[in-house]
Amino acid sequence: MASPAPAARSEGVLRRAFGGETLKRLRRNPSAVAGVVILLLLVLAAIFAPWLTPYDPTRQSLADVLQHPSRQHLLGTDQLGRDLLARILYGGRLTLFIGAFAVAVGIVAGVPLGIVSGFYRGATDMIIQRVMDLMLAFTSFLLALTLVSLLGVGLTNVIVAVGISTIPRFARLVRASVLTIREISYVEASRALGAADRRVLWRHVLPNAVAPVIVQATLSMGGTILAAAGLGFLGLGVQPPTAEWGAMLGQGRNYIFSNPAVSTFPGIAIFLAVMGFNLLGDGLRDALDPQLRGSR
Amino acid sequence: MSGFLGYLLQRLIGVMVTILFVAITIFLMVRILPGDPARVIAGVLASDQDVARIRTQLGLDQPLWTQAGIFLDDLAHGNLGISARTSDPVTQEILARLPYTALLAVVSLAVAIAVGLPLGALAAARAGSLADLAVSALVLFGISMPVYWLGLMLIILFSIQLRWLPAAGASGPLSIILPAFTLAAFSVAFIARITRSSMLEVLRQDYVRTARAKGTPARGVLWRHALRNALPPIVTIIGLQFGELLGGAILTETVFGWPGMGRLLVDSIFSRDYPMVQGLVIVFALMFALVNLAVDLLYERIDPRVRYG
Repeated sequence: MASPAPAARSEGVLRRAFGGETLKRLRRNPSAVAGVVILLLLVLAAIFAPWLTPYDPTRQSLADVLQHPSRQHLLGTDQLGRDLLARILYGGRLTLFIGAFAVAVGIVAGVPLGIVSGFYRGATDMIIQRVMDLMLAFTSFLLALTLVSLLGVGLTNVIVAVGISTIPRFARLVRASVLTIREISYVEASRALGAADRRVLWRHVLPNAVAPVIVQATLSMGGTILAAAGLGFLGLGVQPPTAEWGAMLGQGRNYIFSNPAVSTFPGIAIFLAVMGFNLLGDGLRDALDPQLRGSR
Repeated sequence: MSGFLGYLLQRLIGVMVTILFVAITIFLMVRILPGDPARVIAGVLASDQDVARIRTQLGLDQPLWTQAGIFLDDLAHGNLGISARTSDPVTQEILARLPYTALLAVVSLAVAIAVGLPLGALAAARAGSLADLAVSALVLFGISMPVYWLGLMLIILFSIQLRWLPAAGASGPLSIILPAFTLAAFSVAFIARITRSSMLEVLRQDYVRTARAKGTPARGVLWRHALRNALPPIVTIIGLQFGELLGGAILTETVFGWPGMGRLLVDSIFSRDYPMVQGLVIVFALMFALVNLAVDLLYERIDPRVRYG
């Protein structure tokens, strides 16, 4: 791996995590490439939604209720006569946004907890780990569901609830890598030479913990999208009339007899997004650590 | 044997401590998070008097410490409170639904193991082959598709188009087929994936090479040596993954109108029945903890190197 750039710290961190060699391996990994292609298409479709469809995703038209796919409405219309393709294109914005921000909540809370836990060990570590155990005892979807039911529905609460349920994953992962890195001789040497905790953390511990966090974050995106869409499906996510894939699927469920397309297509969209992140995550893991290829 | 009993007792105490903390957490969450449960239960149109009556009824007018004392005392006696919706004991309603969720979870897990384990072993035995690739594709599908969507697709195919199986409810043995397969799909993928990587790990070991060298038939090597030794990590993962299965059960029960705890939970959330939500969360956590305890005990049976006591 390339040595860290002295100028920009963050750049050094990233370059260490993704050395040129890693990027090369990533480009040759068919699963990673497939993941990137799928995700790029979804992101572009979400961004350019207004240019890709002439329809407004929330405009109702009672004359066009539950139409089957046609040239006018490529995927048909839903129970309120709204164009399904438009709702899926615009809905992608929300789904990807929720997934990304929920993972961000998990990282922002979980990574510092993991660092503190692994670096200072002792009683702090014990308390943090017991709290993580407690969160895991709830199981992640049930924790998110309970939080949303108490906080109330809506975009922010869904992000917070799903995000909180991913904290233990990041805290555990970072703690484990910090514990390993601590014991490596050059880190011990730098401590022995009198380097302050902060310096040891920034120079040695964090850069080495970045790669596994990036892999976990990518794989977690799939999980947060599934969980958030699950809440939406139950009617506990983003509220109507906003287009969100899980909620579309949940509402379309009542019309599977008359028009199955209403629940089929949003599900395919969720599936593609989650698959994209799973493919990319697997590819990243293999590229970052060739020894782990094919395992989990 | 007394060593084992001692170990069992120790582990059971551990489970009880976990559940105690889960109970305290959900108790505090209901009372500390923004929102007045009494106001929410009463509804937007309720008068202040109605809200006050409900608050008294639920004991929410008492100081937090008193409430906690009563809650924990009741919990110790297996009493999870009174449903705000039906005024029936929460424990009684949950016990009426528990068998359905347990049945769904057990059948799904059995299907997942029966399908996932051989698939993973096959993929490992023929790593790089077309069969391996097919299993990988199946795994990717299983871990990426939303369980509620798969449920709806199966309903469209088997209930609406083919009319072979009932779409909803729990009337007769046929009713469980679609929910169980829906819920099993994710676990099939997960178990196949873990089995494959665990088997590949074992197949690289020296004793497998030795067994091959001394002429043990390929099938014997695979099933007697490799799978046996690959099993412990697989079993552990199955236990941990049971939490995901319970989460999936909540969604699956909703899709199929399966009268289990998951559907009761969703209904209770919508009717703001906080005592019921509280009780269900505790019972779900208890199920998860007990399954993981059972898995650890199973460990001894399948991995002779581990002995408790």
